[in-house]
Amino acid sequence: MKFAHDRRRLPMSLRGIAALFIAACVMASAAIAADPNAFNRLMPNQSKRNPPPAEDGIHDPVNDGTLMLQPPKEAFGVLPKSASGNYVDWVKALNSGKIAPRYDRLDPKVEPIVMDLDIVREVKGSMPDVVYPHKQHTEWLDCSNCHPAIFIPQKGANQISMAAILLGEKCGVCHGKVAFPVSQCIRCHSRPKTAPKAAEGGVQPAANAQSKSPKGVNAGK
Amino acid sequence: MLKLSPRELLVLISAFTLFPVSNVLPEYGDVVLNRRSEQAGVAPVVFPHWFHRIRFRCKVCHSELGFEMRAGANDVTMNEIVQGKFCGTCHNGEIAWSTENCGLCHSGLPGLKSRIHGGHETLGPGRW
Repeated sequence: MKFAHDRRRLPMSLRGIAALFIAACVMASAAIAADPNAFNRLMPNQSKRNPPPAEDGIHDPVNDGTLMLQPPKEAFGVLPKSASGNYVDWVKALNSGKIAPRYDRLDPKVEPIVMDLDIVREVKGSMPDVVYPHKQHTEWLDCSNCHPAIFIPQKGANQISMAAILLGEKCGVCHGKVAFPVSQCIRCHSRPKTAPKAAEGGVQPAANAQSKSPKGVNAGK
Repeated sequence: MLKLSPRELLVLISAFTLFPVSNVLPEYGDVVLNRRSEQAGVAPVVFPHWFHRIRFRCKVCHSELGFEMRAGANDVTMNEIVQGKFCGTCHNGEIAWSTENCGLCHSGLPGLKSRIHGGHETLGPGRW
């Protein structure tokens, strides 16, 4: 038993490093053995999504508290899926009642003040135009979260570019950090340019049938 | 001879084997807060947005509790938390577990920088 002999001789730290090396070799060989002609070769490995805290690279795996924290996968199992971010469609999760986040810190019965108003932004490039739905945003947020610090509530007052968004400004204050990332282009660029022109003022009635809030307000654009 | 405590060893193992080989990313929206933690001798804080948004809408913390929307704009001290401000509004043993459970928040790896772990790298004023 060569290994047993080694184990007795080597100090604690060296044994650890040896174990580490072996683990690395095993992982590397597993990676090499993977089928080179497999489907979705360049797509992120789904098994690597939503890692438990102890394996996510930012939590300290030695800290006792880390092991008490809930692994995201456990919470996300029942929630509708999406293609990126947390791989959870939070808007669907909320609308389908799978989650019931409080709008008030203490009172679970308080209903959000929802404003149903779509803002259409005709974009300069060839991408489909952007439809910004106040409804989905006001279900989560208060007006003051965005207005006036991030967006001036006035038509034509906000210059928005993808560059600014990627630098974490405007929509990028949340999208790309907590809300769905900017890689999901068509969730915002959702209105094909061939569609009928936006109504005067850039304000469009919401697509869903239950919209009944006033539509005459000019915001953003 | 290199002497390592079991703790350092585990950190080493995670640093050298886990990350480069497995390419695992932290959960989307996790915030590392380390403006004061390590200077004060405790581990950095990891705040999971996902866990909190299952229970509360954004508005509760970002309006009622006074957390700024911008990453890095919130300078929170333990003193304020214990007095019932910021995290302490809920982490008081009533709505959520209280501040005696240090390791549940202060659970980050040593040396982490304050930032949000999101979808794309932002280098501009949105991240500081």
